[in-house]
Amino acid sequence: MAQYDVLIIGGGPGGYVTAIRASQLGFKTALVEREHLGGICLNWGCIPTKALLRSAEIFHYATHASNYGLKLEGKMSFNIADVIKRSRGVSGQLNGGVGFLLKKNKVDVIWGEAKITKAGEVIVGKSTKPAVEPQHPVPKGVLGEGTYQAKHIIIATGARPRALPGIEPDRKLIWTYFEAMVPDVMPKSLIVMGSGAIGIEFASFYRTMGAEVTVVEVMPQILPVEDAEIAAHARKCFEKQGIKILTGAKVMGVSKSVNSMTATIQDEKGATQSITADSLISAVGVVGNIEGLGLEALGVKTDRGCIVTDGLGKTNVAGIYAIGDVAGPPMLAHKAEHEGVICIEGIKGLPVHAIDKQKIPGCTYCHPQVASVGLTEAKAKEAGYTLKIGRFPFMGNGKAIALGEPDGLVKTIFDAKTGKLLGAHMIGAEVTELIQGYVVAMGLETTEEELMHTVFPHPTLSEMMHESVLDAYGRAIHV
Amino acid sequence: MPIKVLMPALSPTMEKGNLAKWLKKEGDKIKSGDILAEIETDKAMMEVEAVDEGVLAKILVAAGSQDVPVNTEIALIAAKGENVSNISSAPANAPSAPAPVAAAPQTAPTAAQAAKTVAAPVQSHGAKSFASPLAKRIAKETGIDLSKIAGSGPHSRVIERDVKAALAGVSAPRAITAAAPSAAPQLATGMADAVVKQLFEAGSYEEVPHDSMRKTIARRLLESKQTVPHFYVTADIELDALLKAREEINANAPKGADGKPVYKLSVNDFIIKALAIALIRVPEANVTWTENAMLKHKHADVGVAVSIPGGLITPVIRKADLKSLSVISNEMKDLAARARNRKLKPEEYQGGTTAVSNLGMFGVKQFAAIVNPPHATILAVGAGEQRPVVKNGQLTVATVMTVTFSTDHRAVDGALGAELLASLKGLIENPVSMLV
Repeated sequence: MAQYDVLIIGGGPGGYVTAIRASQLGFKTALVEREHLGGICLNWGCIPTKALLRSAEIFHYATHASNYGLKLEGKMSFNIADVIKRSRGVSGQLNGGVGFLLKKNKVDVIWGEAKITKAGEVIVGKSTKPAVEPQHPVPKGVLGEGTYQAKHIIIATGARPRALPGIEPDRKLIWTYFEAMVPDVMPKSLIVMGSGAIGIEFASFYRTMGAEVTVVEVMPQILPVEDAEIAAHARKCFEKQGIKILTGAKVMGVSKSVNSMTATIQDEKGATQSITADSLISAVGVVGNIEGLGLEALGVKTDRGCIVTDGLGKTNVAGIYAIGDVAGPPMLAHKAEHEGVICIEGIKGLPVHAIDKQKIPGCTYCHPQVASVGLTEAKAKEAGYTLKIGRFPFMGNGKAIALGEPDGLVKTIFDAKTGKLLGAHMIGAEVTELIQGYVVAMGLETTEEELMHTVFPHPTLSEMMHESVLDAYGRAIHV
Repeated sequence: MPIKVLMPALSPTMEKGNLAKWLKKEGDKIKSGDILAEIETDKAMMEVEAVDEGVLAKILVAAGSQDVPVNTEIALIAAKGENVSNISSAPANAPSAPAPVAAAPQTAPTAAQAAKTVAAPVQSHGAKSFASPLAKRIAKETGIDLSKIAGSGPHSRVIERDVKAALAGVSAPRAITAAAPSAAPQLATGMADAVVKQLFEAGSYEEVPHDSMRKTIARRLLESKQTVPHFYVTADIELDALLKAREEINANAPKGADGKPVYKLSVNDFIIKALAIALIRVPEANVTWTENAMLKHKHADVGVAVSIPGGLITPVIRKADLKSLSVISNEMKDLAARARNRKLKPEEYQGGTTAVSNLGMFGVKQFAAIVNPPHATILAVGAGEQRPVVKNGQLTVATVMTVTFSTDHRAVDGALGAELLASLKGLIENPVSMLV
């Protein structure tokens, strides 16, 4: 029977990063995966959607070439199958890359579905989950079914789409992100239920590619976790692009016909309307994969579909740990990776601190992009801070104008008393690449002063980050 | 130049206080003797009086500010003829800024002014300390010394949570390490707040922030238990003779102008007096431990623990050995009443050579108190109650109370503690001997 120091269940971004770090720390490490190395992120989430959105972006530029003084002869068009092929190719390349990295770091990969029989022991059997097609090939050299022992077992099984009763995904008319990523034909019309990052990215992609898109959000604003001002700005941009947005609205039910479906939607006042579309994308959040692992028999504590941990990955049962989506929100790949590293370093006895969830950034890759970290204005007020708020519009930035991207805003929120950067919220071109500047600043506990003293290169979009801080203290130059 | 109002030191040991309330607002006319503000220290509320006349031009430290260091400028008073609005826009409390000599080149700084500048409190800028900018900012604003804070960030960098923990009077949780043997054995710290809170369901409790009295009690008693080796001696003391004497003395108390007796002695008053006399008779026990020397006190200053809403305070009867029972009794009534209103002055509750803690009124039979440095002893007094006792081979009934001395063993050894207890027992059981 194979003996390991550390066995990780789940090969997503949380699991494989933890495995590599474990190996670096000298642990004999195994990773169990039932479907695809790289998890949802790399196979059905973050990465393939970025590939799709890149196609949409280039399509958008090509169809707006004249804005840049260019002329394209003939009509710009696309075949959705080719766009998907590229997206799958990107995913496949990185999927293979994860296998290579694990091999390089001498992590044993065990193919199958794991069940913890007792602390220190895992039985790996056949996957009970119907595979999502198309699948990448099973990596070479993996170990098979059997009983494995490990001193430390880390659960990193991730999450799956949440289904609402009566609107359960059927793969044809009601989609989750799985189907939305690989449609057989380009839909003419779509309803997107839920306006979090996943819903909005698909809405943005399909609208840019020409579909009629309606977003239905039950909360009063789209992108409900984002700052209200940014969300309102985003809504204006999306509506200008022709996306129909219904907030404070709920999908009450759907009726299906052969090639289309009709959703009954109720607004806050109780008025209903019916909208017919080719398909509906259900993007109402995700739930942790806690089933089938043997948690109940072991007495591992769970709460609302997630495993309860101490913030350093420890569960209430010695020797069993959980990280990533399955250990609770925010359900983001970068949170999972970081949590995994903290968990394994804690096991090694290195000094560790739990993640400060206020310092985890979030990004949405719609057009224009949205990125944020820390408290929203409303949350900061609720927490009792006196605020200094800075705003800088893309319209005032030279690089943004040169790029032809004048739509956007950089908003910064400071504690007036200490100068602590409480939150940063951005909308506009490339903001997902900019936000890390504020994340680093927060991590280092800079105040407004260090940010003001920082030299930002010219001409860049990042100058707006500087100006926004200056504006919070009444010193912005270019407005 | 405007007159600076500084955070006063209410006692020689006071380092910081809370600015509880402003009684004047910006623009108010100020006369000498006016009460400007109320300062809350560890245990008392004190008033800040104006020394100068003028107009309160600018409040620099807002009401409700915690842990304001002594000598911080808290307000500016414009003297007669000064422009108030100019002062209002003056930079508030610019740290380490040299006196604005350049602004008034026509007058050389006088010797007095120069001396004032030199005497200004030296503030730690934390410029050399390895701390995050935010930690430095908070330290500067609260006056906490960064060099005294252990950092929990990478490479022991002092970060926000360390400063906040230091302000709250606890040490921040260090990064959790499996087994990190430290060079010097360290005193255990309690569980981190977050860890404690995890043990209870969210919403199942109310979170009440500590006031400064609670923080002081926690800090001082923890310090005592961790640094003072406690030793305990217990005895039963018969009270019948004392109760009889008390009854007679109270019955014969002269009447004052209001027709009420001018004193009414309590059992506790007798205990205070008896303890004072016992300490004078056993002078080796009337001491305070310091690292280099024993302080042998010439008088017995007896602290008395008074329970007040939200905590307790120990006002001190000075030279109780020299005072009559009636003086002790009336002084105690006054101190206790003012303690409850948090109006004691620091010199009324600081110091002392011993203390009495009496829980008899709650029916407590026996307990052991924690020595409150600089005291070397504390007497814990239980309830006086009728108990069967054996006298000369005969079973009989007597009123008895159980008392326990806690002593600082560094200063008062076991036999010495027992000797002090025997002396106290003799005085209480034979109260006439207090008169000698």
